[in-house]
Amino acid sequence: MNKQITIIKASTGWRAVNLKELAHYRDLLWFLTIRGIKAKYAQSVLGVGWAVIQPLFSTLVFTVIFGRVARIDSNGVPYFLFSLVGLVPWTFFANTLTDSSNSLIANAAMINKVYFPRLVLPLSSIFSKGVDFIIGFVMLIIFLIVYRITPSWEVVMLPWLILVLLFTSLGLGMILSAMAVQYRDVKHAMTFAVQLLMYAAPVVYPTTNVPEQYRWMYALNPMVGVIEGFRSIFLKTIDFPYEWVIMGTIISIILFVFGVFYFKRMERVFADVA
Amino acid sequence: MAEPVISVKGVSKKYRIGLAEKKSDTMVATILRGLKSPLTNLNRIRNLSKLNDEDSSIFWALRDISFDVQEGDVLGIIGHNGAGKSTLLKILSQITEPSIGEVKIHGRVAALLEVGTGFHPELTGRENIYMNGTILGMTKKEINRKLDEIVDFSGVEKYLDTPVKFYSSGMRVRLGFAVAAHLEPEILIIDEVLSVGDADFQKKCLGKMEDVSKNGRTVLFVSHNMMALKSICKTGILLNHGKISHSGTSGDVVNHYLQSYAPQSQIEFSERDETAQSEKIFLRGVSVTSKMNDGRIDITEPFSISLQLKNKSIAGKFHVNLFFNAPDGTTIFVAVSGVEQILPGYFNAECFVPAHILNDDFYNLDVMVVEGAKPIFNMKSVITIQGIEPPRDHAWMGKFPGLIRPKFQWKLIST
Repeated sequence: MNKQITIIKASTGWRAVNLKELAHYRDLLWFLTIRGIKAKYAQSVLGVGWAVIQPLFSTLVFTVIFGRVARIDSNGVPYFLFSLVGLVPWTFFANTLTDSSNSLIANAAMINKVYFPRLVLPLSSIFSKGVDFIIGFVMLIIFLIVYRITPSWEVVMLPWLILVLLFTSLGLGMILSAMAVQYRDVKHAMTFAVQLLMYAAPVVYPTTNVPEQYRWMYALNPMVGVIEGFRSIFLKTIDFPYEWVIMGTIISIILFVFGVFYFKRMERVFADVA
Repeated sequence: MAEPVISVKGVSKKYRIGLAEKKSDTMVATILRGLKSPLTNLNRIRNLSKLNDEDSSIFWALRDISFDVQEGDVLGIIGHNGAGKSTLLKILSQITEPSIGEVKIHGRVAALLEVGTGFHPELTGRENIYMNGTILGMTKKEINRKLDEIVDFSGVEKYLDTPVKFYSSGMRVRLGFAVAAHLEPEILIIDEVLSVGDADFQKKCLGKMEDVSKNGRTVLFVSHNMMALKSICKTGILLNHGKISHSGTSGDVVNHYLQSYAPQSQIEFSERDETAQSEKIFLRGVSVTSKMNDGRIDITEPFSISLQLKNKSIAGKFHVNLFFNAPDGTTIFVAVSGVEQILPGYFNAECFVPAHILNDDFYNLDVMVVEGAKPIFNMKSVITIQGIEPPRDHAWMGKFPGLIRPKFQWKLIST
């Protein structure tokens, strides 16, 4: 018999991801991602315009409050650009956290009725935010052109930074979504936690404002390397922060690997407690 | 004999059901409990997924289930509410894991526990076909190939590019079933999908299922419709309180099931019981008030059926339908209430049935709650009642045929 054999029994401990199965469901991942994008902008006048408005208005507010009123150092570049470059990757990160942590609960009905690799739910919610990121990124490029700024040669490092950003989002997204199924507190906490977290990352102030002896600790946050890397490339605020980006890379990989295994470990009870 | 396509060995499944919270009787105790509540909550929630200790809140939904299904078999799974049918299907379709035991399946499985899973109201019919199809395990290529057939079968081609939120519930069901009907699994698992849609649609579904089984594929079928079960299934198993109480040919098993009926005067459901829940409604309980007060009803006396329901959503205009079904699943009549504005929270619906309606037989009641024209709650075989005939004053002592026995005015005159 040349048929696939499925064995269903109580699993214990940590399990690996069934990549073959995940590959079979890649179309589902694709349609869920599309669904996430379409459903979000359905019946809204501005549609994807919101992807521009969200980071742009935050930047304007920050420019007034932190740039003009509080006069926070912006490494010698216009504060507007300084915070915009930080906010584009940050907005992606923040949105993926709130969305992916909710992805399993929001689809509990599906989890209870059909079997499919549950991993596609947080993955698709993160990928569907990719569109917003690309739009925000294009807006950033336009502003750089307007300000006649050319990026440094380290622009070749950009894919590296984006991978760190993606792996951090995926890792945390898997952990939080799995936790949120059992502990609904995650959902309540996330909405304001991302606001607080923003101040733990160099979004409105530069890392150079952090006392030197604490910077290594500060850079344990992978978003530090990502945001300062972005600034170094586009605004040449500082030299490319290899140390922080490498630190961030290591942390993001740890988060990702732990996320995958934690998710797989929790997966077996999703249908029972969702 | 060849190796079975599905082999279930010693499968058990336990759930933890919520424990009633302790009430505190003093104000100080209330305040203390309030302060401690995050800790108690944490413990309670942590334990939701921990099932190691044998305490009173453990509930065995299935106990030591073993059976084999051969290739090409059409197996019916029968049982009262809460017998474990849905849990068994959930294990077979990999939605949840068994606590003990093992299931071995040869071949591709498609489980239909619901039609139209993953439908998003903002997406068009076409987009939802792809959405639903991929959730059920099809690839985009497969759906492309079958799209025309699916659209044809569903009969919604005119509205294919309209968002599904503008569809009637019937259209949505048809579209969902059309997708499911075009899966090509080696093993098909179906749960009560026939209970949705109108009679025409149900006929179409039954026809499709017969096609599938004629092609030599294996089908597992759960239903309360004994007629459908008998005609489609060759073999059956009867579940009772989580155990297999009988297995054999479907006719045999159906007979056992019918004999196992016991009338009840009341039934209550826990808030964790999924079958008594929908998104908007929870059925807390049903009670039957009759002279005998044990679920048996003197057919010459009026009686009443009272439903305790909870509106979990916002206020709305609801009406309640009570289906009276014969033991084989045929609906004899539906008692439809008037439309009322129902506020959030608990509400009561009581149906007064006049004397001289029922025959000397068993009746299964289904409960449906409708908002506007849309069913928002539907539970099958909620409770069983039995009509009992008091001693008669004429000669014929046998049982009267017929599903109901109304009393009419007669005039008998010699001319």
